[in-house]
Formats: sequence, C-alpha cells, structure tokens
Amino acid sequence: MIDVCHSLALIVVMALVTALLRFLPFLLFPEGKQAPKVITYLSGVLPSAVIGMLVVYCLKDVQLLTVPHGLPELIAVAAVALSYVWKRNTLLSVLGGTVVYMVLVQMVF
Amino acid sequence: MAKSTIKTAFLATVPVMTGYLVMGMALGILMADKGYGWWWSALMGLTIYAGSMEFVAVNLLSGGAAVISTAIMTLLVQARHLFYGVSLLEKYRGMGRAKPYLIFGLTDETYALACSGAPEGTDKRKYYFLITLFDQLYWIAGGTIGGLLGAAITFNTRGLDFAMTALFVVIFTEQAMSTRDHVPAIIGVMSALVCLLVFGTENFLIPSMLLITALLLGLGALRKRKEAVI
Repeated sequence: MIDVCHSLALIVVMALVTALLRFLPFLLFPEGKQAPKVITYLSGVLPSAVIGMLVVYCLKDVQLLTVPHGLPELIAVAAVALSYVWKRNTLLSVLGGTVVYMVLVQMVF
Repeated sequence: MAKSTIKTAFLATVPVMTGYLVMGMALGILMADKGYGWWWSALMGLTIYAGSMEFVAVNLLSGGAAVISTAIMTLLVQARHLFYGVSLLEKYRGMGRAKPYLIFGLTDETYALACSGAPEGTDKRKYYFLITLFDQLYWIAGGTIGGLLGAAITFNTRGLDFAMTALFVVIFTEQAMSTRDHVPAIIGVMSALVCLLVFGTENFLIPSMLLITALLLGLGALRKRKEAVI
C-alpha cells in the first residue's frame, strides 16, 4: 500500500532541493549587481563544454566491447551531425537521425 | 510577430516533444507499475520537473526512502543545475516577470535550447517563456499518458528516445559551426569521457563538471597571460 503522506513529503523535498539548485546562481548574482569577472567568463565558455558533456552523457550506456560495438549510435550520430552541417535544419536532423537509429536497432542489429 | 514567435518556439521544441513524450510515458508506466497512478506522475512533472531525478524518485517513493536521504540524493543528481544557472546569467538578464518560471523550468533540454539563444526576429522574453512552457507540458502529458496506458502500448518504440541524443548532437554541431574557439567544447567532451572511464556511468557527471570548470579556469588564466605578454 502506498503511504500517501510520506510520498507527498518526498515529492515536496525533491521539488524544493531541485528548485534551490536552479535558483541559487541567480540569487547569488542578481541582475543589478555586476557578477565577478570569473563568473562572466565561465558563463561564456561553459555552455559549449556542458553540451559536449551532455552528448557523452546521452551515450554513456553504449557498450563498445560487445556486439554491435556502438555501431548503431555511431552511424545515427554521424547522420545527425552531417545532415545538420549540410542542411542546418534541426527538425530534419533530429527526426531523420531518430528514424535511422530506430531502423538500425529494431531491424538491422 | 507574436504568432511567429509562438510558431518558432513550437518548432524549436518539437525534438524535445518526441523525447519528453517517450521518456515521460516510460516514467508514467514505471510509476503505475509501482502502484502510483497517473496523477502522481502529473504531480511530479508539475512540481519537481526534472527527468532524471523523477526516474530516481520512482525508487525513492516505492522504497519509502527517508526524507534526509531523499534530499541528499536530489542534491547529487541535480547539482549540475548550478552550472546551467551560471551559464545563463547573461542570457536570462532582463526577463522580468517570466524569469522565476524560466529558472524553475531549466531542465537539461530546455537549457540546451536556451543556450542556442532566441532566433532573430522573435520576442526574446516570449520565446524563452514558451520553450520552457511547451517542454514542461510535453513532460506532464507524457507522464500522464504513460500512467493511464500502463503497459498497453503495442507499437515498437525501441530507439525512439534517441531523439534526445540527436537534439544534443545538433546543438553541439551548431555551436561548433558558429564559433572559431573549439577548445571549450573539446574540454567538455574529453573531460566527460575521462570521468566516464574513471567513475563509471552512474557517478561521472559531477566529477566531469568539476574537471571542466577547473580546465576552463586554467584556460582563461593561460589566455590572459598570453595577452599580457603581447
């Protein structure tokens, strides 16, 4: 049986901690105040580094040592990146890449 | 113009929509399986609104975890949001009344979209607000549908969640194409790979973040010294 009160309490805790982490930088460096130079510098270079990290995060469960050695992921990621360089159309690359990946994992490998 | 901002924002979030509907449904199904009906998933999407954390939440809730360990777990899983905030301080300047909601709704995917900036010709404030709102609606819808359907899904969805990976790859490619400074991106990928090998799939995000920050700070100091010499 579900303990409704306890479950609700846990959801409140998770919501509060998550919100705190999201708000903290904005509370520490409010708009009126000039943020320290190092923070301004970081806010400029962090995004591309973090997105790079998130790409790795998305692919973290790929098993390179067992069949199919991450081949579906490699092919699909290449399809996404190359089609984007070619057409520069986000939707096309994302949907196309996803279809390629689904076909690969469901029918080919 | 207002209409075109809505359209632009919607189109920008379509990749997130596919990802969130699939992942949200997976979450809803999982929750329903543990005895938590659709409204629990909807409630979590409304209040916590953080994909990876909500998957952890399934275990915490069904296992009856303690409040303290839940708080610590949340801190660990969500610590990366500190970095999102720091990198959006400038972009989210002057967002007015919408700002608290923009910050509340800063998931990985919305962060990635925000990083790409508002397209030209759109009302910035409105654009950021709408992508945040649309993304959250997709997530709540996914969780609710998953909770209602249970395990009754018939078509083979295997691989559909790749949409999210594809979106990140697109944003990464776009950033690489629009800048001549590729060092931060390389630092990001390499740090994550090294930490993945050292710390394993479950625990590598926070070490990666720390390593990235340290290396970027080092890079900044190095470049500054070079400039001073010239």
